Amino acid sequence: MGLLTFKGGIHPDDGKRFSKDQPIRRLLPEGELVYPLSQHIGAPANPLVKKGDRVLKGQMIAAPGGYVSAPVHASVSGTVKGLEQRFSPSGTKTECIVIENDGSYEEMRYEAVKSLSDMTREEILDRIGDSGIVGMGGAGFPTRIKLSPKEPEKIDYIIANCAECEPYITSDYRRMLENTEELINGMRIVLSLFPNAKGIFAVEDNKKDCIEALKSAVSDEPRMSVKRLLTKYPQGAERQLIYVATGRAIYSSMLPADAGCIVDNVETLINIHYAVAKGRALTERVVTVSGDDIVTPGNYLVPLGISHEELIKASGGFIVPPQKLISGGPMMGFAMVTADAPVTKTSSSLLAFKEDAVAKARETACINCARCVEVCPSRIIPSRLADLAIRHDEDGFVAMNGLECVECGSCSYVCPAKRQLKQAIGSMRKTALANKRKK
Amino acid sequence: MNENFNVSSSPHIRDRIRTGNIMLMVVIALLPATAFGIWNFRHEDAWILVVVTTAAAVLSEYIYEKLMKKPVTVSDLSAVVTGLLLALNLPPTLPWWMGALGAVFAIVVVKQLFGGLGQNFMNPALAARCFLLICFAGQMTYFVYDGVTGPTPLAELKAGQAVNTMDMLVGNIRGTIGETSVIAIMIGAMFLLLMGVIDLKIPGSYIVSFVIFITIFGGHGFDPQYITAHLCGGGLMLGAWFMATDYVTSPITGGGKIVYGICMGLLTGLFRLFGGSAEGVSYAIIISNLLVPLIEKATLPRPFGKGGEK
Repeated sequence: MGLLTFKGGIHPDDGKRFSKDQPIRRLLPEGELVYPLSQHIGAPANPLVKKGDRVLKGQMIAAPGGYVSAPVHASVSGTVKGLEQRFSPSGTKTECIVIENDGSYEEMRYEAVKSLSDMTREEILDRIGDSGIVGMGGAGFPTRIKLSPKEPEKIDYIIANCAECEPYITSDYRRMLENTEELINGMRIVLSLFPNAKGIFAVEDNKKDCIEALKSAVSDEPRMSVKRLLTKYPQGAERQLIYVATGRAIYSSMLPADAGCIVDNVETLINIHYAVAKGRALTERVVTVSGDDIVTPGNYLVPLGISHEELIKASGGFIVPPQKLISGGPMMGFAMVTADAPVTKTSSSLLAFKEDAVAKARETACINCARCVEVCPSRIIPSRLADLAIRHDEDGFVAMNGLECVECGSCSYVCPAKRQLKQAIGSMRKTALANKRKK
Repeated sequence: MNENFNVSSSPHIRDRIRTGNIMLMVVIALLPATAFGIWNFRHEDAWILVVVTTAAAVLSEYIYEKLMKKPVTVSDLSAVVTGLLLALNLPPTLPWWMGALGAVFAIVVVKQLFGGLGQNFMNPALAARCFLLICFAGQMTYFVYDGVTGPTPLAELKAGQAVNTMDMLVGNIRGTIGETSVIAIMIGAMFLLLMGVIDLKIPGSYIVSFVIFITIFGGHGFDPQYITAHLCGGGLMLGAWFMATDYVTSPITGGGKIVYGICMGLLTGLFRLFGGSAEGVSYAIIISNLLVPLIEKATLPRPFGKGGEK
């Protein structure tokens, strides 16, 4: 069988060689930990603690701020220093709970867990919701809501996003190899919510050892299978992933559930296992530290709230002072203003680069070469949409299907004129979506 | 450790390719045809016309941009491509100043007055060739080979005479400097295909639709000898691989490229078989250039999830 793929996409240097063979190491920080109240899509969480309170690891320190929201838990034991404005990895100052770590990692006693077969659907969903799990691949959508579609019996596929198509990041890769059982059990738990669903692990072909490990692990799981995907960015984009795994295609005004699909990331599924099978709250995740400017790149299991500075220290520091730090992947991640920002639920990696490819690039005139059109996974015309965006022609932008953009950045990557295509389209798209909601 | 790092919106990496690299690859791809043309027409000193025309294109771009206080963009090599392509489309005996005049017209009138690189709606080299054809009809249709004046093989073909297709393939025939050797042109075209600068959509649909047209209307049926002579004669190969594939003046959509190729194939056939002149490639391409906005509108792809995913 040929490898599954979609039309468009790019093949940047995957950079995974830096960190793929480094086993996950646990990192325990000292000093303060910082917990933004908004680490997810939806309303920010409401703080439950005040300055001077003593908290335990796993204790809820902020409650959901609405239906679409998620709680936040302390990842260490210690004392609350207060509520402060701190930098988030995306570079904005945001309200954060700051906790001084006492170093004892005293964990709170969780409720006793029941076996999966004894739990009702609501109990399982509450467990996932209460533990604060959100889409940990970067989107941050509260998982409890994603797993509560109107008609659960109409869900045909649960797709584990094992593509990890962003260059450099290897956190999911290490998780798949080292926590295969936890990942499978996470899938088992999600499948228990959907009586008619099959589980698919969709893995890019550059992770052959993961494909082998998962294949042998699902050999006695009748409801699960592993699919091999061509290595290509953005293979892990939700729409492309659903299409290659099931042949179903959705566009901007559809949810995956409309096509009978739910997509969850590797880290998310593993944490669903910890939440439901172990009763633990979401307090840690795996983060890759990599890039051409890190002395010893690696993969770390860290408490949420740890500063990126600690990650850099643990990795031997920078080779030379870097020009650019990125939280997340080089294609869709955030350039960080400062390393003094905490790891959040959606931080999959920290990348440091000696040179900033963007700063070097000089923007010149479009030569209509059509490379952006050829790579666009949404099959739209990025160069023309960027022109419309620059002219603020919102109607023209919408008429040319500008809202279908998934902001994967493939167009900006290939452009020989170094135009900021995704950037122009992305900001126009935000305006157009906001105006659409107003109507 | 509180220094500020570079901040920008994602993506944070860029492919190495730049406009200048692409233009350089086109120049390299034109070298076999250029070298063959200069050698083939060595008695006519074709090299002078090639050098003067190319230099005039670059210089006029430089001077225009200086005068207009615009950033100078000659380093992107697009003016070199235009000048060289124009030279390859000129008869070797053309006075050098006519070539220079054509280059100035291509760069200043066709390209810069419409906004510079990427903004022109017509292929500058071909528009300049047509301009020269109108201004200097005699010199532009005067063809010599080995000191002997006469019609081009394509004109002989139109007159119903026999032609030597082997000579047309190699290129030791009358014609413009760069169009005669199909072998030299194809070496360059293969290079562009392998480097991913062009693909088969435009040249493929152009050539196939042209062959179908002359098979139906040429009066020879499916005669390989006649078809080969038509394909190797005149500017068809140079036009299909190097002029029709010009990014700026061709459609951006995949489907549009095929429709555009078919338009050129049909127009070339129409002009060659039913027109007054033996040749028709230049006019077929620039007329099709004018149809590009319409073709793009009609071939806008369907987005992913609305049928475009297949």
